[in-house]
Amino acid sequence: MKILILGEYEKNGMKRATQSAIRFAQSIDPDAEIETIVIGWQMDSVIQDFKRWSNVLIADHESLAVPTADRYGRLLKTIVLERNADILLGATTTFCKDVLANAAGQLGGAMVGDIIGHDNRDGELLFQRPMYAGSVVATVRLIGTPKILTVRPSSYPPSAETGEIFTTTKMEIDAAVLPDLVRYEGLRSQSSSRPDVTEARVVVSGGRALKNSEDFETIVGGLADALCGATGSSRVLVDNGITPNELQVGQTGKIVAPDLYVALGISGAIQHLAGMKNSKTIIAINNDSEAPIFDVSDYGMVGDIYQIVPDLIKAFHAD
Amino acid sequence: MKILVTCKRVPDPDQKIRLQADSREIDSENLPYILNPFDAIAVEESLRIRETHGEPVEIVAIGIGVEECDKTLRTALAMGADRAVLIPWDSFLDPWNVSGILEKIIQRENPSLVLMGKQAVDGDSNQTGQMLAARLGWAQATFASRIEFQSGGKLKVERETDSGIETLGLNLPAIITADLRLNEPRYASLPSIMKARKKPIERIETSELGWAPDPKVEIINMSMPQTSRKKVRLTDISDLVARIKEALKTN
Repeated sequence: MKILILGEYEKNGMKRATQSAIRFAQSIDPDAEIETIVIGWQMDSVIQDFKRWSNVLIADHESLAVPTADRYGRLLKTIVLERNADILLGATTTFCKDVLANAAGQLGGAMVGDIIGHDNRDGELLFQRPMYAGSVVATVRLIGTPKILTVRPSSYPPSAETGEIFTTTKMEIDAAVLPDLVRYEGLRSQSSSRPDVTEARVVVSGGRALKNSEDFETIVGGLADALCGATGSSRVLVDNGITPNELQVGQTGKIVAPDLYVALGISGAIQHLAGMKNSKTIIAINNDSEAPIFDVSDYGMVGDIYQIVPDLIKAFHAD
Repeated sequence: MKILVTCKRVPDPDQKIRLQADSREIDSENLPYILNPFDAIAVEESLRIRETHGEPVEIVAIGIGVEECDKTLRTALAMGADRAVLIPWDSFLDPWNVSGILEKIIQRENPSLVLMGKQAVDGDSNQTGQMLAARLGWAQATFASRIEFQSGGKLKVERETDSGIETLGLNLPAIITADLRLNEPRYASLPSIMKARKKPIERIETSELGWAPDPKVEIINMSMPQTSRKKVRLTDISDLVARIKEALKTN
């Protein structure tokens, strides 16, 4: 089986989400020929890191410097057809959802998104994926090839490094054949010294009980820092402009499964639970003893986060 | 300018989902259905564009599904869409097939902008808009949190991505999928609900569109995941500290 993986990177290295996608590829077929595609411009240090995980196919060209779906989608279509690949896959991220579904639209549409498990039944691959905000898990099969997949990173641990250095292949890029439907005009992000919410071992999240950004920073940020964790947010705080959208955990935000998830003043709407209910340990603090968050928590405390959390932070700083 | 907005009928996301005895489908009996919340945002955005756009804008709401989709389309009409088209279909359609029907409708209607939800809250696929853009060879902007019309048919779209807010410039025709923060959909007033009853809903059979199903995804079965939690209530900060330390130590 020939599997292509759409790689994602930051600064100098592969994102953990892509390492999970590689693990998934290895687990659906241990004998698969796996190649990770890296697209961008001037990525030498990134490529050095990618070589540690699998064979690498490099699409390095000025015309690919920014990630627009029209160009990346067309390029992926060309690669899949040239390589005669059985599967093209990536992690469930906004980047892969945007680009891979576009590629799938050019490659016959056999796509399943956000895979959380798989089976091999008489040589046929079956995939599990959540529906209805995770209330239901469907087992599906895909009709036709190539198959386009996205994989939920928290369901597959990152691929293990073997010490082997894999081979790289550089593609010839003909910019003239790439579409030019979209102009990329920039990215605004709030830089944070904290770990990424999808990759952290500990996530501390805040909800409606937080009144403003300063309180969020003191209470949620303070506990996250004391536990060396990331911060997350329920939808309502993003809607109210208290937290940036990239912190939202839930059905339509990020899906996390850390070792410890601490929910502060979060009531526990099903849409939020969809984003965190697979965390190993869940601890909730909420002043409403009837809040649904307590039904999915291992440990709960009823009370005001404004009183409890500063004491907690103190206890950890005292250590 | 003509804007086409998609309107999917979905179970109310605040209701508890149950499965049928054969675990092949959800049990839809007594389940309230609504307009997919992300599609409602798309409808709202089309109305705001019409309210601020210099030239006349026609808004056409598209539904695919069972006869009850009629009601879903009435919601869009009551919000302010001008007319609606319902393509009757009574079984599961995967995103590839939904995008195939939409492609045929677009060839018939010739809109310059298609607004749709980034995903439907039943299937949670988040693929149809992208596949449609690919089929048509149109510009694509997913997860839109802001849309701004500029002179000369140009658009500026802000998108919510994992790493922050990205800005794209695009020309019409385009497919834009709506994210949560694009707007807050209005509630229809009673007079507009009454008025919507008189607005036309055209029915077009897939055979008239020259479309035949081409299934790519087969749902084999469904299950309800069960997570069991300890649900221990603590009253003492020191217990809380101990439990956090324990959770950090495992692994």
